[in-house]
Amino acid sequence: MRQGRLTAQGGLAGLMLTTALIATGVAAQDVTLTIESWRNDDLSIWQDQIIPAFEAANPGIKVEFTPSAPAEYNAVLNSKLDAGTAGDLITCRPFDASLALYDGGKLADLSGLAAMANFSDVAKSAWQTDDGAHTFCVPMASVIHGFIYNKDAFAELGIEVPATVDEFFAALDKIKEDGTYIPMAMGTNDQWEAATMGYNNIGPNYWKGEEGRRALIEGSQKLTDEPWVEPYRQLARWGAYLGDGFEAQTYPDSQNLFTLGRAAIYPAGSWEISGFNAQAEFEMGAFPPPVVNAGDNCYISDHTDIAIGLNAASPNAAAARTFLEWVGSAEFASLYANALPGFFSLNSAPVEMADPLAQEFVSWRGKCASTIRSTYQILSRGTPNLENETWNASANVIRGAETPEDAAARLQAGLASWYAPQK
Amino acid sequence: MASRSRLHVAVFLAPAVLVYTAVMIWPLFNTLRLSLYVEADGVRSFAGLANFATLFGDPRWSEAFWNALGNNFWFFVVHMLVQNPIGVALAAILSHPRLRFAALYRSAIFIPTILSFVIVGFAWKLILSPIWGIAPGILDAVGLKALFAPWLGREEYALTTLALISVWQFVGIPMMLIYAALLSIPEEILEAGEIDGITGWSAFWRIKLPLILPSIGIISILTFVGNFNAFDLIYAAQGALAGPDFSTDILGTFLYRTFFGFQLQLGDPHMGSAIATAMFAIILAGVCIYLFAIQTRMRRYQF
Repeated sequence: MRQGRLTAQGGLAGLMLTTALIATGVAAQDVTLTIESWRNDDLSIWQDQIIPAFEAANPGIKVEFTPSAPAEYNAVLNSKLDAGTAGDLITCRPFDASLALYDGGKLADLSGLAAMANFSDVAKSAWQTDDGAHTFCVPMASVIHGFIYNKDAFAELGIEVPATVDEFFAALDKIKEDGTYIPMAMGTNDQWEAATMGYNNIGPNYWKGEEGRRALIEGSQKLTDEPWVEPYRQLARWGAYLGDGFEAQTYPDSQNLFTLGRAAIYPAGSWEISGFNAQAEFEMGAFPPPVVNAGDNCYISDHTDIAIGLNAASPNAAAARTFLEWVGSAEFASLYANALPGFFSLNSAPVEMADPLAQEFVSWRGKCASTIRSTYQILSRGTPNLENETWNASANVIRGAETPEDAAARLQAGLASWYAPQK
Repeated sequence: MASRSRLHVAVFLAPAVLVYTAVMIWPLFNTLRLSLYVEADGVRSFAGLANFATLFGDPRWSEAFWNALGNNFWFFVVHMLVQNPIGVALAAILSHPRLRFAALYRSAIFIPTILSFVIVGFAWKLILSPIWGIAPGILDAVGLKALFAPWLGREEYALTTLALISVWQFVGIPMMLIYAALLSIPEEILEAGEIDGITGWSAFWRIKLPLILPSIGIISILTFVGNFNAFDLIYAAQGALAGPDFSTDILGTFLYRTFFGFQLQLGDPHMGSAIATAMFAIILAGVCIYLFAIQTRMRRYQF
């Protein structure tokens, strides 16, 4: 069985090689790079905007974008890499999925790329070895958390955009008292919003972003410490401001409630921007997670989501590196961020974006410190899985089914059961 | 006689045996085998019963397992107490000779059975949705709005709600089986009873019910196997995390999360196989109890 399949693949590879040889014969110096990706939604953006821009600047290198379905990407990519048929450039998932590929020798070390200097340490953290010594993918984009609000509703009720926690709850009280709008659109049915748009959205202000996240990984802070419990106490207060029956409200329900203008505030990730722009008929604004006291340093979850790396077995490594240098440039950053509002370039060079809501989100990078979701790096490698447990705990806390302290103690016990630095 | 070749028996059995072995028996035993291994650093090694020791010994795993088993048991109890009695009652009503439009009712009640779980889960989620659903509106129209709750989102109701949705979907099956059994009861027996003064309800309890008991037994065991293998409805309605707070987690969803992984949790085929093996053992035990303890004692009547 296995033998037969391998032979068939060998034959296919041979056929492709022949095709490549013929192609070489026609245009002596052209190299074709193939990109593996799960972003099939972005096919037209790559074909119509990004690739032509690169090809115009780099004659002799052709690029093909060949995405597969998101849910199948990891499996398809792994089998292609094993069989030696994967493309030259590999779109990288953040953290462990790509790290495993690098450790398995499938992705090349890109630490030496000049463009890497254009990215901050946080931006690179999702595609580095645990010690940060080797980077194996060029960061492309991140998503930022915050709150999107209905500007019309705020104007109607005379509410200022809240900057502190007290102002935030005062605004929610006012909306609730008025009764026209549901104060906040979120449900606990699907659980992940509670963790992603709840806990990891407001949390960085309490655990001081990277400082707390790294301390947790090193084991010098625990999930039962005040900075990690306080966000749960805040979430526990949210329940009173969510719509009727929020326990059974799903993620699409929340999106629709907000874009139909029935809710005033939406705890958001920036990936919602294009969808909301298309759906909502009122003006939207955004504000970062509120801080405890006016003037406090603020922190935002600027979560690294997508990057691109080099197949270690690629025969066109030199051309691929040229492409990767370009992906790390300001030109690419501007192209990509404008084509996909809400997916923000991780490049340190400032990017001009046309979309006002996207501009608002990205402006927080200037005044707040960026961090990533606390559970994604290293801490979700074991069983019980900290990310999945955080979904459950956040939803429980909002529903009032578990106290913040109990939830934190449970997560800490779970983490300590397999993660040595927390034992 | 003994010398006559029996080769044709083997030939005729072969296709069925081969197909069944390839798609059922071999995967089954391979799953059982897989549960005895562990994988560390990409190397699979034999570990004996270590996975089972973890499943039942580790407090976290065993808590999840017993929670899932308990939920599964409740899921089964609801079916036995609601689905099967309603199925029997519907069959008794349908088999009444003077009922009009019996065929229409029969089809209407049976149709949900052929719907996909995904459609049923999604449709009921919408019906019960506190935001867009028609359930709050209907209750409001009859002045019972206060009775409405976001049932699928409350720990204390979610599992029962899902079990009742499943009952709604599958009540047609016991109805059909019992209906067929009732139709096969010869008129003479009922007439003989009538002569002895047994009519109406009393005829049902004293004559028909004892005669359809074997069918009820078969339905019970089908319900048992179906419920302990259930997965689709919970997954379609509540997702793999079987919220709220694992209150709707049954063995099927627990197996799925473990075997295939979920979100950042990577799949563990070996632990998953251990859960699958435990499920297999539970179902096997249930079926054996039925076959040896109940079915052999059941009295059968020859007409």
